[in-house]
Amino acid sequence: MADTRNSADLAATMYDGARETSPAGKAPFDSGADTQRSEIAFDIRVQAESIDARAVTAALSGSGAVGALVTFTGYCRDEGGRLKALELEHYPGMAQKQIEKIAREAASRWPLIGVAAIHRYGLIAPSEEIVLVACSSAHRGAAFEAASFLMDFMKTSAPFWKREHLKDGTVGGWVEAKDTDDAATGRWHQL
Amino acid sequence: MKLAYFAWVRERIGLAEEEVALPAGVVTVGDLLLWLKGRGETYDAALQAPEIIRVAIDHEHVDHSEPLAGAKEVAIFPPMTGG
Repeated sequence: MADTRNSADLAATMYDGARETSPAGKAPFDSGADTQRSEIAFDIRVQAESIDARAVTAALSGSGAVGALVTFTGYCRDEGGRLKALELEHYPGMAQKQIEKIAREAASRWPLIGVAAIHRYGLIAPSEEIVLVACSSAHRGAAFEAASFLMDFMKTSAPFWKREHLKDGTVGGWVEAKDTDDAATGRWHQL
Repeated sequence: MKLAYFAWVRERIGLAEEEVALPAGVVTVGDLLLWLKGRGETYDAALQAPEIIRVAIDHEHVDHSEPLAGAKEVAIFPPMTGG
């Protein structure tokens, strides 16, 4: 895979986060959830329409087994009033598959009950949502970590590219990938 | 083999996709990028720094050392900036 520049030391440090939620004696990335895996509710979507966060989170929190639900919503900033919209280009054949792969990986690392990961494409105006990630689990540690993991990999390995459309009518440049995003992804080791 | 281009790679080349017949000697993803780079000004502009270019074969991310044999669709794009 392309994101192979990760520092092993950095990954090893953050590896401990995943280990904490695993039963003692299990391999670090074995969540011990093999028997539950088939029951995990996945809601993975790539869409132009806005995201109904309330409906998505309601579906994830409806089970009595759920003790924790962590959601992350990424919004379009107005960049100090300069920005008219962000254009999100995507690779239709690959985007959904890649997000599913990331979600399955999260579900294999943490004992999750439900995973939602929804990414929009097209023109998105300031204050509109771009992405929603939600993870439910029995306890908060797994939900927090899995949601963070999902977002880090969505940013660096899901095939989407942002471009700025400015209020003055010009189409700005493509947003550059940030080293900090790669570093954030690196801390989880490789997908 | 179908090639698909995205974001500024697509813009600089001036095509979203194309069919190509690979010449002998183009074996890996890295070989493909070098061969494309030599196809003209637009390709050269898109691929001037091949080391930062990301590639997917049949919708899976691959390293530049990956062999192309059997690939149906090779996508070539900049580092991703979603989320």
